[in-house]
Amino acid sequence: MNMLASYLTLAAVLFCIGLYGVIVKRNAIIVLLSIELMLNAVNLNLVAFSKYGVQPSLTGQLFSLFTMTVAAAEAAVGVAILVAIYRARASVNVDEFDELRR
Amino acid sequence: MTFAQYAWLVPLFPVAAFAVLITLGRGAGRQAAWIGTLASLVSLILSLCIAGERLSGTVDEYNAHFTWLQIGNYSLNAGFDVTNLTSLMLVVVTLVSFLVNLYSHGYMRDDERITTFFAYVALFTASMLGLVLSDNLLTLYIFWELVGVCSFLLVGFWFQKPEAKAAAKKAFIVTRIGDLGLLIALLLLFWYMPGNALDFSSIHNVFTTEAGVIAGGITTLIALLIFLGAVGKSGQFPLHVWLPDAMEGPTPISALIHAATMVAAGVFLVARTFVIFQASDAAMTTVAVIGGFTAIFAATIGLAQNDIKRILAYSTVSQLGYMMLALGVGSVSAAMFHLFTHAFFKALLFLGAGSVIHAVHTQDIREMGGVGRNMKITAWTFGIGALALSGIPPFAGFWSKDAILTAALTHQPLLFWVGAVTAFLTALYMARLFFMVFAGNPRGEAHAHESPAIMTLPLIVLAVLAVVAGFVETPFNGWFGEWVTGEKPEAHTSAMVIVVSVAVSLLGVYLGWLIYAKGTVRRDIVSSRIPGLVKVLENKYYIDELYRFILVKPLGGLGKALAVFDEYVVDGVVRMAGQSAAGLGRLNARLQSGQLQGYALTALIGLVIIALAIAGRRFW
Repeated sequence: MNMLASYLTLAAVLFCIGLYGVIVKRNAIIVLLSIELMLNAVNLNLVAFSKYGVQPSLTGQLFSLFTMTVAAAEAAVGVAILVAIYRARASVNVDEFDELRR
Repeated sequence: MTFAQYAWLVPLFPVAAFAVLITLGRGAGRQAAWIGTLASLVSLILSLCIAGERLSGTVDEYNAHFTWLQIGNYSLNAGFDVTNLTSLMLVVVTLVSFLVNLYSHGYMRDDERITTFFAYVALFTASMLGLVLSDNLLTLYIFWELVGVCSFLLVGFWFQKPEAKAAAKKAFIVTRIGDLGLLIALLLLFWYMPGNALDFSSIHNVFTTEAGVIAGGITTLIALLIFLGAVGKSGQFPLHVWLPDAMEGPTPISALIHAATMVAAGVFLVARTFVIFQASDAAMTTVAVIGGFTAIFAATIGLAQNDIKRILAYSTVSQLGYMMLALGVGSVSAAMFHLFTHAFFKALLFLGAGSVIHAVHTQDIREMGGVGRNMKITAWTFGIGALALSGIPPFAGFWSKDAILTAALTHQPLLFWVGAVTAFLTALYMARLFFMVFAGNPRGEAHAHESPAIMTLPLIVLAVLAVVAGFVETPFNGWFGEWVTGEKPEAHTSAMVIVVSVAVSLLGVYLGWLIYAKGTVRRDIVSSRIPGLVKVLENKYYIDELYRFILVKPLGGLGKALAVFDEYVVDGVVRMAGQSAAGLGRLNARLQSGQLQGYALTALIGLVIIALAIAGRRFW
C-alpha cells in the first residue's frame, strides 16, 4: 500500500514540475519537454496502478506503451512546428507568439 | 319605406366627400370644392325629408343598431336613433354646413389648400351628424372626439400663423379637459348601469322608471362629469378660453363651429342625457348657475373687445350660457329652441363679418366704419342678425330668449334677472358692433366693396331664417317645444317677461345708437370715469393670465423637472446598462491575450476551483 502512495506522490511531483514548466518557461523547447514530463508522470501512475492497484492487471502497463508511442509522435510534430516557427520568426520564445489572438 | 331608415346615409355623404377630396389632394383644383358642397346638399335634402316625415307625425321614432363587439355575455351595440330632437339637429347642421360650404367658395377662393379645407369641413360636418344620430354614449363619444380633432385641424388651418397654431392647440387641449370628464362619466355609467347598457333608451328607462337603481351621489357625479364635457365643448366658464382664440381659423369655420357643429354638441349632449340631470337637483342647479354666470360674464367681455370676430365669439359664449341656463331650470324645449334660432343668426353674423373682413382686410372695428354704404346686402343681413341676437321682436332671437327667460322666472327668479341684464348687454354690444362697422365714415384705408353673389346668397337665406325661425314657438302659438321634447311645456306666458326683455333690448340698442352712431353720449364716458373696469374687460378678466400663472407655468415647470428626471435618471440607467456591458466586454477582451501559457494558467485555476468546490462539498 505504501508503495502505491510513494509512486503516486512521485508522479504528482513530476506532473507539477511539468505543469510549472509549461506555464512559466519561455523557451518553446523546454515547454515541449515539460509536456513530455507530464505525460510520463501519467505513465508512472498507470504502471503503479497496474502493479499495486486494487485489481492489478497488465492493461495499465500496456496502455503506457501506447502513450509513449503517441508521445513520441507528438514530440516529432511539436519539434517540426517549432522548426517551422523558428524559420519564420527567428525565435522560439513563447511570449512572442500571440497568433491565437488574431 | 320611411326616410328614417336611411338616416345613416346623412353623415355618409360628407364622409365620402372627405375621402374623395383628401385622395385627390391639391391636384383637384378649385372645382373639387363643389364635391363637398354637393355632398352637404344631398345630406341637407335627406335631412329635410326625415324632418318632414317626423313633422307629419305619422311615423314612430326609429332605431336601428347592430352588435359591434361581443365580449363574454356583454354585447356592445352601435346604431342610430331618429327622433324629433335628432331630426331637428340634422336639419340645423346640414343647412348651416351647406351654406358655409357655398360661402367658402367665395371666401376661400384664393387659398391654395382649398381642397383640404373642403375635405376638413366635410369631415367636421360628418362627425357632428354622427354625434347627433348616435343611439348610445360610446359612439357619441367617438364622434365627440372626431369633432374635436376637426376643430383642431380647421382652427389651425392657416398654420403658417403662429397665433393660429397656438389657438388650435389651445382649443384641443382645453376641450380635452372636458372630454376627460365625459369619459369618466361614461365609465361610471358603464359600471353602475344595469346590464352595462350605454344606449340612451336604457339610460332614459333607468333614470325615469327605475329611479333609485343608481345612488343619488353617483347620479350627481355622473351628471356633473357629463356637464364638464359639455362645458369644455360649449365654451362655458371656466373652460371658455379656447372659443375666442379659435377665431384665428378661417371665418366660415368660425360660423360652422359657433352655429352648428362644435359648441352645439355640448348643449345637445346635456339635452340628450337630460334624465340624468333631472335625477339630481345639485347638478341642475350647477348647470343653471354656470350657464347664467357664463352668459353675463361673456357679455361684459364682449362689450370691450375690438376684434369683430372676438365680439361675436364672446356673444356665442354668452348665448350658450343662456342655453345652459334654460337646461338648468329644466326647460329642454327652450334650450333647443334657442340652439335652433341661434344657429341661424350666429351663422349669419359670422358670415356677414367674414364678408366685411373680406372687403376691408382688417378685423379691428376701430378701423372700419361706413362699410354699409358700399355693402348694402351685407349690412342689411348683418343688421337682421344683430337684431335677432339682441332679442328685438319679431326676430327669431326674441322668441327663444323669451322662452328661456320665462322658464328662468318660474324656477330661479334670480337667474331671470341675470338673463335680463345679459339681454341688455347683448343688445348694447351688438349695437356698438353694428354702428361702428357699418355706420359713420370710413376710418380705414381699404375701400369696401360688396362680396360676390356666392357669398351674399347664404347671407340672404340665413337672414330670412333669422326672421322667421322664431315663429315655430311663440307664447301665442307653440308646437315646437312639445314636438322636440315630447311633452307639453308648462304653459306660463308672462307679460312681464315680454315687457322686460323687449324693454332691456330696446334700451341696449338705443344706448348703443346714442353712443356709437349719434354721438350724444361720449364714448369714453365709462373709460374716463373707471378706467380700471374697461381695462379688466379688455383683458377678459385676466382669465388667460390667471390660467397661465396658476396652471400653465407650474405644469410647465413640472414637465421640465420630469424632462430632467428622464434625461438624467431614466436615460442614465439605460446608458449605465449599456456602458457596463461594454466595459465588461472590454475587460474580457483583455483576457484574450493570445498567450498560450496564460490560457493554460486560467484553465489550471479553473480546475483548482472546481476541485476545491467538489472537495469542499464532500466535507460539508
